[in-house]
Amino acid sequence: MNAKAIVVTSGKGGVGKTTTTANVGAALARLGEKVCVIDTDVGLRNLDVVMGLEGRVVYDLIDVFEGRCKLRQAIIRDKRVDTLHLLAASQTRDKSALSEARMKDAVQALLEEGFDRVLIDSPAGIESGFQTAASAAQGALVVVNPEVSSVRDADRIIGLLEAREITEVRLIVNRLRPEMVKRGDMLEVNDVLEILGVKLIGIVPEDERILISTNIGNPASLEESPKLAAGAAFRDIAQRIRGEEVPYPSFDQPTGFMAALRRFFGGN
Amino acid sequence: MFQSLFGRRKSKDQLKDRLKLVLSYDRAKLSPGNMDALKRELMTVIKKYFPSDGSDLDVKVEQQGERVVLVANLPVQRG
Repeated sequence: MNAKAIVVTSGKGGVGKTTTTANVGAALARLGEKVCVIDTDVGLRNLDVVMGLEGRVVYDLIDVFEGRCKLRQAIIRDKRVDTLHLLAASQTRDKSALSEARMKDAVQALLEEGFDRVLIDSPAGIESGFQTAASAAQGALVVVNPEVSSVRDADRIIGLLEAREITEVRLIVNRLRPEMVKRGDMLEVNDVLEILGVKLIGIVPEDERILISTNIGNPASLEESPKLAAGAAFRDIAQRIRGEEVPYPSFDQPTGFMAALRRFFGGN
Repeated sequence: MFQSLFGRRKSKDQLKDRLKLVLSYDRAKLSPGNMDALKRELMTVIKKYFPSDGSDLDVKVEQQGERVVLVANLPVQRG
């Protein structure tokens, strides 16, 4: 993607925006990019806990906007990957300081300070929080789950992004369950692409280990284990953002002797 | 009945059809209820000009490539 400032959005809540922001941000940083992830969900901040950086938040986005601190004082550097940085949202309800102009200025300042990529985690919904998050972006990652309300909301969000003339819109199909797709009880990725008409940049299978890594505040894409399918999927997305061609793995049934044995005896 | 004879229709295919329909209404910023009203009004106009009771009038919004179009179909009787 050419866009240096990318908004991560979905319309619907709970589809994996924050998890995606944390994991793709961490994976980009591991590839050597200087990355800042920004939480714009004022009043409901969560990117800090998902990344395991909650203990280090001193200043937040609203403090920057209201001049209580310098932009650089509010940026937290991750100790695990030193090119990864977080700008937290405020946890107070006061959103009045959020403005598109201030957001654009902050993102511009980060890029001028030498950040290669800024990922902006948008709040759910299509109201001012989303609009502010989108205002500073030239590209968008739309996160969608293969189910009715998420696809409908994604369509609405894609329309709003187009209205903002954000042209680099890419789709991440999150929480795909291959065994349900196989049964014909879940939309296939191609169905979602056909319905929404945007380009794909990632397929992330449902993986309970994502919850486990979130429990301990360690983004799955930072873990080396090749068994962690979702972590690998987020790393693939980071490479595709950087313009690399990464083939999509098949998320079919597990292979190997034990899996074959289980299938033979009618299990899953 | 059909379902028990020919097996269950895949739920994802039903969802795909429902999504295509609801998104074409969403994109056209038209509610399905308004579509019914439009259909009723079209029927009264058509009855004035065509020898049809309008009962086989089919009106829908469709996605055609990039565009959302309103399609009305009415078979005209012969003779």
